[in-house]
Amino acid sequence: MAEEFDEFDELELAEDDETEEGKYLTFNLDNEAYGLEIIYVTEIIGIQKITEVPELPEYVKGIMSLRGQIIPVVDVRLRFGKPDREYDERTCVIVVEISDITVGLIVDGVAEVVAIPEEEIVAHPDLDETDSRQFVRGIGKVGTAVKLILDCQKLLEDDEMENHNQEV
Amino acid sequence: MAEQYMNDPMQEVFIFETSQQLEQMEQSVIKTEALGSYPSDTINEIFRIMHTIKSSAAMMLINNMSVVAHTTEDMFYFMREEKPELIDVSTLSDLVFEGIDFMKMELQKIKNGAEADGNPETLIEKIKEHLKILKENNNLTNSQAVNNEPVAEKYYISSNKAAKISEPKTYQVILQFEADCGMENIRAFTVVHNLKEITDSFKSIPEDVINDPDCVETIKRDGFILQIDTPKSKDKLEAFFHTMAFIDQIEIVELDKTMEIQEEICGLLSEDTIIVPQPKESLRACVTNKEAPVSSGSQSQSMISVSVEKLDKLMNLVGEMVISEAMVTQNPDIKGLVLDNFSKSARQLKKITNELQDMVMSIRMVPLGPTFFKMNRIVRDISKKLEKEINLEILGEETEVDKNIIEQIGDPLMHIVRNSADHGIETAETRVRQGKPRAGTITLEAKNAGGEVVIIIRDDGKGLSRDGILEKALENGLVGDEAANMTDTEVFNLIFLPGFSTKEAVTEFSGRGVGMDVVAKNIEAVGGNILVESVEGQGTTITLKIPLTLAIIEGMNIRVGETCYTLPIMAIKESFIPKAQEVFRDTDQNEMIMIRGQCYPIMRLKEHYKVKTGATEIEDGILIMLEGETKTTCLFADELLGEQQVVVKTLPKYIQRMKKIDGLAGCTLLGDGNISLILDVNGLIAQKRLKN
Repeated sequence: MAEEFDEFDELELAEDDETEEGKYLTFNLDNEAYGLEIIYVTEIIGIQKITEVPELPEYVKGIMSLRGQIIPVVDVRLRFGKPDREYDERTCVIVVEISDITVGLIVDGVAEVVAIPEEEIVAHPDLDETDSRQFVRGIGKVGTAVKLILDCQKLLEDDEMENHNQEV
Repeated sequence: MAEQYMNDPMQEVFIFETSQQLEQMEQSVIKTEALGSYPSDTINEIFRIMHTIKSSAAMMLINNMSVVAHTTEDMFYFMREEKPELIDVSTLSDLVFEGIDFMKMELQKIKNGAEADGNPETLIEKIKEHLKILKENNNLTNSQAVNNEPVAEKYYISSNKAAKISEPKTYQVILQFEADCGMENIRAFTVVHNLKEITDSFKSIPEDVINDPDCVETIKRDGFILQIDTPKSKDKLEAFFHTMAFIDQIEIVELDKTMEIQEEICGLLSEDTIIVPQPKESLRACVTNKEAPVSSGSQSQSMISVSVEKLDKLMNLVGEMVISEAMVTQNPDIKGLVLDNFSKSARQLKKITNELQDMVMSIRMVPLGPTFFKMNRIVRDISKKLEKEINLEILGEETEVDKNIIEQIGDPLMHIVRNSADHGIETAETRVRQGKPRAGTITLEAKNAGGEVVIIIRDDGKGLSRDGILEKALENGLVGDEAANMTDTEVFNLIFLPGFSTKEAVTEFSGRGVGMDVVAKNIEAVGGNILVESVEGQGTTITLKIPLTLAIIEGMNIRVGETCYTLPIMAIKESFIPKAQEVFRDTDQNEMIMIRGQCYPIMRLKEHYKVKTGATEIEDGILIMLEGETKTTCLFADELLGEQQVVVKTLPKYIQRMKKIDGLAGCTLLGDGNISLILDVNGLIAQKRLKN
């Protein structure tokens, strides 16, 4: 009896694997391609009117309304310390939800959804501590191309150093 | 079936009902204590409540509560039966309160998902001891009045009757529940559960009360029909059903007619009791349940309880709808078009949405009564402990406030009342010496005033001592040399500063030095304010002004650059377009303006929040005079956009976690789908001062 249950559990897990685990939504910023675990992504919408909220770090662009729900939007370019860029028709907002917190991420444009098995992801060579690297969990290989796999949790964590600097 | 006892809806009902009953009991004990004696009504009421709790707690497998309720029930059973004349009201009330507190605590544990593990032993011993003393004092030690229905024991059968009715008989019993009791199936299930204690052979219609979804209706319509085989007599059976809660009418018909039994029923009924087809009228005259009005039985219940979560959701949805309505009717696509029929329909829609909104708001409104009545207990406990005589007078308890606000003000209110009773009211001797009535009075009053509710806590105690407060404040470094020039009101308001406590002695009830500042903070958190007035030797009056609701405010939308802000209309005194020559700067470059001989600071929202766009020339914009609690400031904005009712939403968690933005109370969606930031006037002004 117990064995049967175990088998059943495994079966279910395997199914989950197939649908969500190991799949990444990829998007581009400048020349790099980034991957975001698809389980965190709720939807992708075009850029909308954003209301600025004062006294926040520069990368928090403000808040916008998603069908009545008010969500904060973060510009990923600014978050990674890249230069600002005008929004155009390709600019997208990826709405992600992690542990009850919903945030919109502004990116230059989304590319595709790819499956990257865990064994195809290599660890990040811990070279120098520039701003953009701390969000990269690993580097995924898709054929010949590489995708920088982002750590969603880290992306939403507010950076205490930065806050501190602002206060000073 | 055992698992079904423990599932959540049952538990929820149990907690809800039991706490309500305990509350009710507490109130009646307080009332009787004031009377100085226990009228039979109250004894019956307490007995009944204890009995209900005993059974329901036993059913929920919460033994310690059940045992406490049972012991208390025993005591009141004795009082009901023997009517002892010498009752030590105060000790008895203490015991009952102790029991109530114990059960409340256990309920709280269950609510928090913990085990109800309190040990009732000492309490039970105390109650038993008291019962013994009660008996001795009244020379009733040999009393036969033993509660005849102990927990899970055999039903009591008096010996003389037991002999007579030893042969099992079959009865048909039809139970009608009280019209508004709700959850008839669970009531019926309780009956079945209790019935198992006295007999094993019975049938019920409907049979499966828990799993049959239609049975609620059936029971409501036809009553709960039981067929019971028992050797007990009819009136015993009737008494048994009487002990259960929410039963309105009991009709018992013996199927095998035996003359013996009939003799035992009151003669008035004996003629028509047996006739099965018309049982409805049969026992009504004999079965008197003074609580329940004789009702048609088919009448549907008029009250339901809804979870606050659902109401919050409904509130949000209605808020969304108000916004969507504005989005449709003020759509830019139809601007300037003459659309007679559309406008007509739009007006109708607006009317309905407004009505709907009012209705939802009114659903959330709850009277302050229960919160006020809780203070009875606090005042009682304190007066008893400190040997003071205090009356609590409650006025305007029917005043209604939003549910969320009630939750927020309960604690502050308790704190203030405690303070008044503990520090304010003097002992009886002192009062007599000062020519005041022996008993001090604390008045708790609530009333509506415009969009606010005013709660006044007044005591006729010793009042606040200006010198005492100042001395203390100086000691704690809360004031400096300016002390001598402060007005009385300013001095009294010092008690709301953190770290201020006038009483040296820390008592059980108050005086931990965390008192009044927490009160002030809690009241401010719901957008209210607090005011203290006092005359030394005559008493203190504390006035709380609380907004009716938090969810919707009357707002004025203003624009700064591309961003829209909303100000609560209550805070706006006036707005005007300034002339450049009226504005001047002091040496610190602080801008200010002279209006009618008064000088006000100017705060530019654009600079304050570093908005990139927007007017910089003072003549291009508008000044809005805002009245905060402490100070008045002129806010500079580009233009006024208009007045609107806005639904207050909190800022997203992500932003809240990142930083608390001073001066922002939340945000809201406007009719055009844009988001506006709601400004918190007091926060804004305080921050301005801080920057200076």
